[in-house]
Amino acid sequence: MTEILHIDWTRCDGRGLCTELLPTVLVRDDWGYPLALHATNGDRSNPAVSPGNVEAAREAVHLCPKLALSLAPQQAKSRQ
Amino acid sequence: MDNALWAFGRMSGVVSLVLFSVTVILGILNRSGRPLFAIPRFSVTLLHRNVSLLATVFLVFHIVALMLDSYAKLNVIDVFVPFLGGFKPFWQGLGTVAFDLVLAVVATGLLRHRLGQRSFRAIHWLSYAMWPIALGHAVGNGTDGTSKWFLVLAAGSLAAVGAAAAWRLSANFLETAKARQGGLS
Repeated sequence: MTEILHIDWTRCDGRGLCTELLPTVLVRDDWGYPLALHATNGDRSNPAVSPGNVEAAREAVHLCPKLALSLAPQQAKSRQ
Repeated sequence: MDNALWAFGRMSGVVSLVLFSVTVILGILNRSGRPLFAIPRFSVTLLHRNVSLLATVFLVFHIVALMLDSYAKLNVIDVFVPFLGGFKPFWQGLGTVAFDLVLAVVATGLLRHRLGQRSFRAIHWLSYAMWPIALGHAVGNGTDGTSKWFLVLAAGSLAAVGAAAAWRLSANFLETAKARQGGLS
Protein backbone atom coordinates (compact mmCIF):
# COMPACT_ATOMS: atom_id res chain seq x y z
CA MET A 1 0.00 0.00 0.00
CA THR A 2 1.19 3.50 -0.80
CA GLU A 3 2.12 5.47 2.31
CA ILE A 4 2.88 9.13 2.99
CA LEU A 5 6.26 10.15 4.38
CA HIS A 6 5.95 13.29 6.48
CA ILE A 7 8.97 15.54 7.02
CA ASP A 8 8.76 17.57 10.23
CA TRP A 9 10.60 20.80 9.34
CA THR A 10 10.89 21.85 12.99
CA ARG A 11 13.16 18.85 13.50
CA CYS A 12 14.88 18.19 10.18
CA ASP A 13 18.56 19.16 10.00
CA GLY A 14 19.29 17.84 6.52
CA ARG A 15 21.73 15.10 7.54
CA GLY A 16 21.01 13.22 4.32
CA LEU A 17 20.25 9.68 5.48
CA CYS A 18 16.71 9.68 4.09
CA THR A 19 17.81 10.98 0.69
CA GLU A 20 20.33 8.12 0.50
CA LEU A 21 17.74 5.49 1.42
CA LEU A 22 15.01 6.90 -0.83
CA PRO A 23 16.77 8.17 -3.97
CA THR A 24 13.61 7.79 -6.07
CA VAL A 25 11.43 9.68 -3.56
CA LEU A 26 13.62 12.46 -2.16
CA VAL A 27 16.31 14.84 -3.40
CA ARG A 28 18.60 17.10 -1.38
CA ASP A 29 18.44 20.85 -1.82
CA ASP A 30 21.57 23.04 -1.83
CA TRP A 31 21.61 23.15 1.99
CA GLY A 32 21.26 19.39 2.43
CA TYR A 33 17.54 19.29 3.27
CA PRO A 34 15.32 16.64 1.70
CA LEU A 35 12.56 17.53 -0.75
CA ALA A 36 10.07 15.29 -2.55
CA LEU A 37 11.35 14.53 -6.03
CA HIS A 38 7.80 14.86 -7.37
CA ALA A 39 5.49 17.39 -5.74
CA THR A 40 1.96 16.17 -4.91
CA ASN A 41 -0.45 19.09 -5.44
CA GLY A 42 2.48 21.48 -4.98
CA ASP A 43 3.47 19.84 -1.67
CA ARG A 44 7.09 18.71 -1.47
CA SER A 45 7.11 17.88 2.27
CA ASN A 46 4.80 14.85 2.19
CA PRO A 47 5.92 12.54 -0.61
CA ALA A 48 3.93 9.43 -1.48
CA VAL A 49 5.97 6.26 -0.96
CA SER A 50 5.13 3.38 -3.30
CA PRO A 51 4.87 -0.15 -1.82
CA GLY A 52 8.32 -1.04 -3.18
CA ASN A 53 9.89 1.83 -1.21
CA VAL A 54 7.97 1.41 2.05
CA GLU A 55 10.63 -0.82 3.62
CA ALA A 56 13.37 1.74 2.86
CA ALA A 57 11.11 4.51 4.17
CA ARG A 58 10.64 2.61 7.46
CA GLU A 59 14.44 2.35 7.73
CA ALA A 60 14.70 6.10 7.13
CA VAL A 61 12.11 6.83 9.84
CA HIS A 62 13.99 4.52 12.22
CA LEU A 63 17.47 5.89 11.47
CA CYS A 64 16.72 9.62 11.09
CA PRO A 65 19.16 11.21 13.57
CA LYS A 66 16.66 13.98 14.38
CA LEU A 67 13.48 11.83 14.54
CA ALA A 68 12.06 14.15 11.89
CA LEU A 69 10.28 11.55 9.75
CA SER A 70 7.01 9.69 10.12
CA LEU A 71 5.17 7.32 7.85
CA ALA A 72 1.40 7.00 7.66
CA PRO A 73 -1.08 5.24 5.35
CA GLN A 74 -2.40 7.46 2.58
CA GLN A 75 -5.71 9.15 3.44
CA ALA A 76 -8.71 7.82 1.50
CA LYS A 77 -9.65 11.27 0.19
CA SER A 78 -6.30 11.85 -1.47
CA ARG A 79 -6.26 8.47 -3.19
CA GLN A 80 -6.44 8.78 -6.94
CA MET B 1 40.65 -22.08 34.41
CA ASP B 2 41.49 -19.30 36.81
CA ASN B 3 44.42 -18.14 34.70
CA ALA B 4 42.16 -18.17 31.66
CA LEU B 5 39.51 -16.05 33.40
CA TRP B 6 42.14 -13.59 34.56
CA ALA B 7 43.69 -13.29 31.09
CA PHE B 8 40.27 -13.06 29.43
CA GLY B 9 39.07 -10.50 31.95
CA ARG B 10 42.03 -8.26 31.20
CA MET B 11 42.05 -8.61 27.44
CA SER B 12 38.28 -8.16 27.08
CA GLY B 13 38.70 -4.84 28.89
CA VAL B 14 41.32 -3.75 26.35
CA VAL B 15 39.14 -4.90 23.43
CA SER B 16 36.16 -3.04 24.89
CA LEU B 17 38.19 0.16 25.25
CA VAL B 18 39.42 -0.01 21.65
CA LEU B 19 35.86 -0.63 20.40
CA PHE B 20 34.55 2.29 22.47
CA SER B 21 37.24 4.53 20.93
CA VAL B 22 36.06 3.47 17.47
CA THR B 23 32.45 4.04 18.59
CA VAL B 24 33.13 7.62 19.73
CA ILE B 25 34.95 8.42 16.47
CA LEU B 26 32.13 6.89 14.40
CA GLY B 27 29.59 8.83 16.46
CA ILE B 28 31.39 12.10 15.73
CA LEU B 29 31.66 11.24 12.03
CA ASN B 30 27.96 10.34 12.07
CA ARG B 31 27.10 13.70 13.60
CA SER B 32 28.98 15.51 10.82
CA GLY B 33 26.54 14.03 8.30
CA ARG B 34 29.36 12.85 6.04
CA PRO B 35 29.71 9.43 4.44
CA LEU B 36 32.94 7.47 5.11
CA PHE B 37 34.59 6.91 1.72
CA ALA B 38 32.22 4.47 -0.01
CA ILE B 39 30.18 3.80 3.15
CA PRO B 40 26.91 5.75 3.00
CA ARG B 41 25.59 7.84 5.89
CA PHE B 42 22.96 5.36 7.04
CA SER B 43 25.65 2.65 7.18
CA VAL B 44 27.88 4.88 9.30
CA THR B 45 24.91 5.23 11.69
CA LEU B 46 24.45 1.46 11.79
CA LEU B 47 28.20 0.90 12.25
CA HIS B 48 28.22 3.37 15.15
CA ARG B 49 25.33 1.50 16.79
CA ASN B 50 26.68 -2.00 16.16
CA VAL B 51 30.27 -1.29 17.20
CA SER B 52 28.94 0.34 20.39
CA LEU B 53 26.86 -2.76 21.17
CA LEU B 54 29.86 -5.00 20.50
CA ALA B 55 31.97 -2.84 22.83
CA THR B 56 29.24 -3.21 25.48
CA VAL B 57 29.25 -7.00 25.07
CA PHE B 58 33.03 -7.06 25.64
CA LEU B 59 32.56 -4.77 28.63
CA VAL B 60 30.11 -7.29 30.10
CA PHE B 61 32.62 -10.12 29.39
CA HIS B 62 35.29 -8.04 31.16
CA ILE B 63 33.12 -7.57 34.24
CA VAL B 64 31.74 -11.13 34.43
CA ALA B 65 35.19 -12.70 33.99
CA LEU B 66 36.57 -10.62 36.85
CA MET B 67 33.56 -11.46 39.03
CA LEU B 68 34.21 -15.18 38.52
CA ASP B 69 37.97 -14.87 38.90
CA SER B 70 39.17 -16.00 42.34
CA TYR B 71 41.85 -13.30 42.48
CA ALA B 72 39.85 -10.23 41.39
CA LYS B 73 36.62 -11.37 43.14
CA LEU B 74 34.64 -8.41 41.85
CA ASN B 75 31.27 -8.31 43.63
CA VAL B 76 27.88 -7.09 42.41
CA ILE B 77 28.01 -3.89 44.47
CA ASP B 78 31.38 -2.91 42.98
CA VAL B 79 29.95 -3.41 39.50
CA PHE B 80 27.30 -0.73 40.03
CA VAL B 81 28.46 1.44 42.95
CA PRO B 82 31.81 3.17 42.43
CA PHE B 83 34.76 3.71 44.80
CA LEU B 84 34.01 0.90 47.29
CA GLY B 85 36.38 -1.72 45.87
CA GLY B 86 39.09 -3.42 47.93
CA PHE B 87 41.89 -2.99 45.36
CA LYS B 88 42.70 0.52 44.05
CA PRO B 89 39.16 1.74 44.86
CA PHE B 90 39.55 5.03 42.96
CA TRP B 91 40.77 3.51 39.69
CA GLN B 92 38.33 0.61 39.91
CA GLY B 93 35.59 3.12 40.72
CA LEU B 94 36.30 4.96 37.46
CA GLY B 95 35.52 1.70 35.66
CA THR B 96 32.26 1.42 37.59
CA VAL B 97 31.31 5.01 36.72
CA ALA B 98 32.10 4.33 33.05
CA PHE B 99 29.98 1.15 33.12
CA ASP B 100 27.03 3.01 34.69
CA LEU B 101 27.33 5.69 32.00
CA VAL B 102 27.48 3.03 29.27
CA LEU B 103 24.28 1.46 30.65
CA ALA B 104 22.51 4.84 30.57
CA VAL B 105 23.73 5.68 27.06
CA VAL B 106 22.89 2.24 25.62
CA ALA B 107 19.44 2.06 27.24
CA THR B 108 18.45 5.54 26.07
CA GLY B 109 19.95 4.84 22.64
CA LEU B 110 17.80 1.75 22.19
CA LEU B 111 14.70 3.63 23.45
CA ARG B 112 15.38 6.79 21.39
CA HIS B 113 12.06 6.67 19.56
CA ARG B 114 10.11 6.36 22.82
CA LEU B 115 12.09 8.92 24.81
CA GLY B 116 12.21 11.64 22.21
CA GLN B 117 15.16 13.53 20.82
CA ARG B 118 15.77 15.89 23.74
CA SER B 119 16.21 13.27 26.50
CA PHE B 120 18.11 10.96 24.19
CA ARG B 121 20.55 13.70 23.26
CA ALA B 122 21.11 14.90 26.84
CA ILE B 123 22.02 11.39 27.99
CA HIS B 124 23.98 10.58 24.83
CA TRP B 125 26.34 13.48 25.55
CA LEU B 126 27.54 11.51 28.61
CA SER B 127 29.55 9.43 26.12
CA TYR B 128 32.07 12.25 26.01
CA ALA B 129 32.56 11.83 29.78
CA MET B 130 32.44 8.04 29.65
CA TRP B 131 35.34 7.58 27.26
CA PRO B 132 38.09 9.45 29.17
CA ILE B 133 36.86 7.93 32.45
CA ALA B 134 37.17 4.45 30.93
CA LEU B 135 40.65 5.29 29.64
CA GLY B 136 41.66 6.48 33.11
CA HIS B 137 40.35 3.24 34.60
CA ALA B 138 42.35 1.19 32.09
CA VAL B 139 45.63 3.00 32.75
CA GLY B 140 45.20 3.29 36.52
CA ASN B 141 43.68 -0.11 37.32
CA GLY B 142 44.88 -2.38 34.54
CA THR B 143 47.64 -4.89 35.28
CA ASP B 144 49.07 -3.87 31.90
CA GLY B 145 47.85 -0.30 32.36
CA THR B 146 51.32 1.21 32.58
CA SER B 147 53.17 -1.30 30.41
CA LYS B 148 54.72 0.11 27.29
CA TRP B 149 52.43 -1.53 24.70
CA PHE B 150 49.33 -0.37 26.54
CA LEU B 151 50.55 3.19 26.98
CA VAL B 152 51.27 3.33 23.24
CA LEU B 153 47.74 2.04 22.56
CA ALA B 154 46.24 4.52 25.03
CA ALA B 155 48.19 7.45 23.56
CA GLY B 156 47.14 6.46 20.04
CA SER B 157 43.49 6.23 21.09
CA LEU B 158 43.69 9.56 22.89
CA ALA B 159 45.20 11.20 19.81
CA ALA B 160 42.52 9.72 17.51
CA VAL B 161 39.55 10.57 19.74
CA GLY B 162 41.07 13.96 20.57
CA ALA B 163 41.47 14.76 16.87
CA ALA B 164 37.86 13.74 16.22
CA ALA B 165 36.68 15.93 19.12
CA ALA B 166 38.70 18.89 17.83
CA TRP B 167 37.19 18.39 14.37
CA ARG B 168 33.73 18.26 16.01
CA LEU B 169 34.34 21.77 17.40
CA SER B 170 35.69 23.23 14.16
CA ALA B 171 33.64 25.59 12.00
CA ASN B 172 33.45 23.36 8.92
CA PHE B 173 32.47 20.24 10.86
CA LEU B 174 29.04 19.78 9.25
CA GLU B 175 28.90 18.45 5.71
CA THR B 176 26.55 21.33 4.93
CA ALA B 177 28.54 23.93 6.91
CA LYS B 178 29.91 25.79 3.88
CA ALA B 179 26.54 25.98 2.11
CA ARG B 180 24.77 27.16 5.26
CA GLN B 181 27.40 29.77 6.15
CA GLY B 182 26.68 31.68 2.96
CA GLY B 183 24.62 34.73 3.92
CA LEU B 184 21.51 35.93 2.11
CA SER B 185 22.54 37.78 -1.00
